[in-house]
Amino acid sequence: MRIGVVTFPGSLDDRDAQRAARIAGAEAVPLWHGDHDLQGVDAVVLPGGFSYGDYLRAGAIAARAAIMTEVVAAAGKGLPVLGICNGFQMLVEAHLLPGGLIRNAHQQFIRRDQVLRVENNGTAWTSGYEAGQEIVIPMKNADGNFIADDETLKRIEGEGLVAFRYAGGVNPNGSLADIAGLTNERGNVVGLMPHPEHAVEAGFGPDTDAAMKSGVDGLVMFRSVIERALQPA
Amino acid sequence: MPTIVVDVMPKAELLDPQGKAVAGALGRQGSTRFTDVRIGKRFELAVDGPADEAVLAEVREIAATLLSNDVIEDVVAITVVD
Repeated sequence: MRIGVVTFPGSLDDRDAQRAARIAGAEAVPLWHGDHDLQGVDAVVLPGGFSYGDYLRAGAIAARAAIMTEVVAAAGKGLPVLGICNGFQMLVEAHLLPGGLIRNAHQQFIRRDQVLRVENNGTAWTSGYEAGQEIVIPMKNADGNFIADDETLKRIEGEGLVAFRYAGGVNPNGSLADIAGLTNERGNVVGLMPHPEHAVEAGFGPDTDAAMKSGVDGLVMFRSVIERALQPA
Repeated sequence: MPTIVVDVMPKAELLDPQGKAVAGALGRQGSTRFTDVRIGKRFELAVDGPADEAVLAEVREIAATLLSNDVIEDVVAITVVD
């Protein structure tokens, strides 16, 4: 199993995403934004950061990078794609996921260990979770406020496209319907604002009731896509 | 050399957190007659040559596909300024 991680100018968590892929048991393949080459990987992660300074709109310029032509085409054929934070913003800008992400309602950058509820465990990246399971994943962003018009929201809810919802009584940024992450209809493309790659190794994850920094709930996302690849089609 | 100005605004029905923050600041400094503030973007595109219909058609395309995101924003004006 080879998981490609795209580095854009301004990516911050590309190395962390590579590390998460390795800890989960995959080979991490660095990909470059300026290439038209996915190097035959079995899945792609669009990492967090502030690609191209997030000028214009968050993720907007990255969504038009050379490699995204390949990512969009491959996603259309079923390649698993995970967009984390800035990567989620790229996925909505590339119209692989519906709606949009704007400045947090309170105008602040926010970093916290956030409780999420897994709403859809039928996707390539969430099949290792129980439906309704609550997980803790660190988040850190300024533009994580999900919005969509009424018609789009109705479609998102009606088709079960909400992958993760903010839970634990906290909606950290004003997102519509507490939406933290989405999937496409096919379930191969998933985007979320929180950072699963920061919750993959005890000692470096979010705090849990068991011990400080022991949270590894994010690892399941990477393991899910690996398990899926191992199963006969 | 003409300049083409593209104005983009957040959609009226959607939240504009930045505008809301400025409206709050206005209220705090005593400017109470303004009921709402919305913040948009202005792009100035310098063009080498006349801003003819072909150029304007290209600007309309660019405005709709790159300069704005039609999920969250509207292109409200495209104006040629000499």
